[in-house]
Amino acid sequence: MTQLFQSFGLSFEWSWFIATIAGILLIALPLMLSVAMIIYVDRKIWAAMALRRGPNVVGPLGLLQSFADGLKVFLQETIIPSASSKALFLLAPIITFTVALMAWAVIPINSGAILADINVGLLYVLAISSLGVYGTIIAGWSSNSKYPFFSAMRASAQMISYEVSIGFILICVVIYAGTFNMNGIVMGQKAHILGFLNGYGFNPLLFPMAVMFLISGMAETQRAPFDLTEAESELVAGYQTEYSSMSFALYWLGEYANVLLMCALNATLFWGGWLPPVDWAPLYWIPGWLWLFIKIFVFFFIFSWVKATVPRYRYDQLMRLGWKVFLPVSLLFVVLVSGWLMFMRNGI
Amino acid sequence: MITALAFYLFAGLTILAGALTILARNPVHSVLWLIMAFFNAAGLMVLLGAEFIAMLLVIVYVGAVAVLFLFVVMMLNIDFAELRAGFVRNFPLGIAVALVLLAEIVIGLGAVGQGGIVLGTADGSAAVPADMSNIKAIGMLLYGKYLFLFEAAGILLLVALVGAVVLTHRKRAGVRPQSVPRQNARRPQDATVNVKPEVGKGVSL
Repeated sequence: MTQLFQSFGLSFEWSWFIATIAGILLIALPLMLSVAMIIYVDRKIWAAMALRRGPNVVGPLGLLQSFADGLKVFLQETIIPSASSKALFLLAPIITFTVALMAWAVIPINSGAILADINVGLLYVLAISSLGVYGTIIAGWSSNSKYPFFSAMRASAQMISYEVSIGFILICVVIYAGTFNMNGIVMGQKAHILGFLNGYGFNPLLFPMAVMFLISGMAETQRAPFDLTEAESELVAGYQTEYSSMSFALYWLGEYANVLLMCALNATLFWGGWLPPVDWAPLYWIPGWLWLFIKIFVFFFIFSWVKATVPRYRYDQLMRLGWKVFLPVSLLFVVLVSGWLMFMRNGI
Repeated sequence: MITALAFYLFAGLTILAGALTILARNPVHSVLWLIMAFFNAAGLMVLLGAEFIAMLLVIVYVGAVAVLFLFVVMMLNIDFAELRAGFVRNFPLGIAVALVLLAEIVIGLGAVGQGGIVLGTADGSAAVPADMSNIKAIGMLLYGKYLFLFEAAGILLLVALVGAVVLTHRKRAGVRPQSVPRQNARRPQDATVNVKPEVGKGVSL
């Protein structure tokens, strides 16, 4: 895009600057729109599974429900508890929301369409997702209230635990791709299995990793059945109990942006990203971003489906799953995958 | 131009955050300023072209170590005024330590100015080519030339880990731990009885 602005007669620095800003807007604005729509979709899917109608009043089929909700919270009063640590209290939702948007910089949307094509793309995603925990901890602490604090403790323990196994799962992918660059990982999946299936998920050795990544993703984003941080029967509303109006909305949007990011990561790392699932020329006529969009949507449906059907985990079960099941299994798969590649590439 | 601006931004914020870490009244605020300092240090490393180290700094320090700090500081009821009581008395000692560190930095910079030691050439072979991505370069060094030292460091960490477990592990008598396989193997018919009692007759259990 830099060249485009340069062709208007701008200097390289200015065109780079404008191109980057434009790129950020081109990613962030559609993302915000998708977050608004995906909240609607989530509610509709949930309602359908509970044999209800879901939002159906605002706009045709209730499509404008999220915007109405947004307007509503915008007009509400922001209440800051008098005993809270004010600066941190206001900073926390901003951190959550910003971090949820930042990781999208390295998600390849189409061939060549990526905001930051950096060498350490996947590590960047890990680094950013490890920052996400601060929004929650700071909110819990600065609210100066019991339930948010309990919730913040739970959230941070949960996110750190699952990040460990996510790290090992990603190492399996990186060993296969031979690069941390997100574009490189997507291109490495082209015709990966049997010469025509695009995606590491089709690889029998990596399929269990794909499933584990999906489940860890649910735990990492604190979605049901791992939504212990917002367990309403025990903790009121968790770390966001004291938040109201826009600061609450930022959490709400950030949470869904994180869920979308996890879906996008699932699609990009295991199911070919913007590549069509099968390496067959006519399928490439459909633009890459549409494939990515379809895959994200499928994963989001799975997230909603699980939310609507699976009961909430107990906290010790959650920790057991993370440390005693996922961690050893993912470690075993790192050994298996690297052993298999060593055997394939170098012989015995 | 942008590089210089970014450098002064990151460097200035690192120093500011470092100063506020020790000046903040609330320990939780201190840890948060420390996190800010880590983050800006990572920014400086990106400017140096060491993006791998920068990401590791964020993942390890910001993502894990600082969270544990925060945990501990939030849980403990630390009274910083009490800790600060000896501040004036220990001030000369602090200044002395700071002067030693400053002298070391100055000597180090002076030595580099005279032509520093070239790293990565302990056995006389050439350094890693500059066009290689720095993850690859670090990997080549760690898993190639310095494999033994790297593994030794790993074993050291393992020993520390085992030591921590041994020190904190207590065997308590009379505990009935949960056995997940047993729980999973349990079927409804083991736990419940399905009876249809006649009217007026009780059920014996």
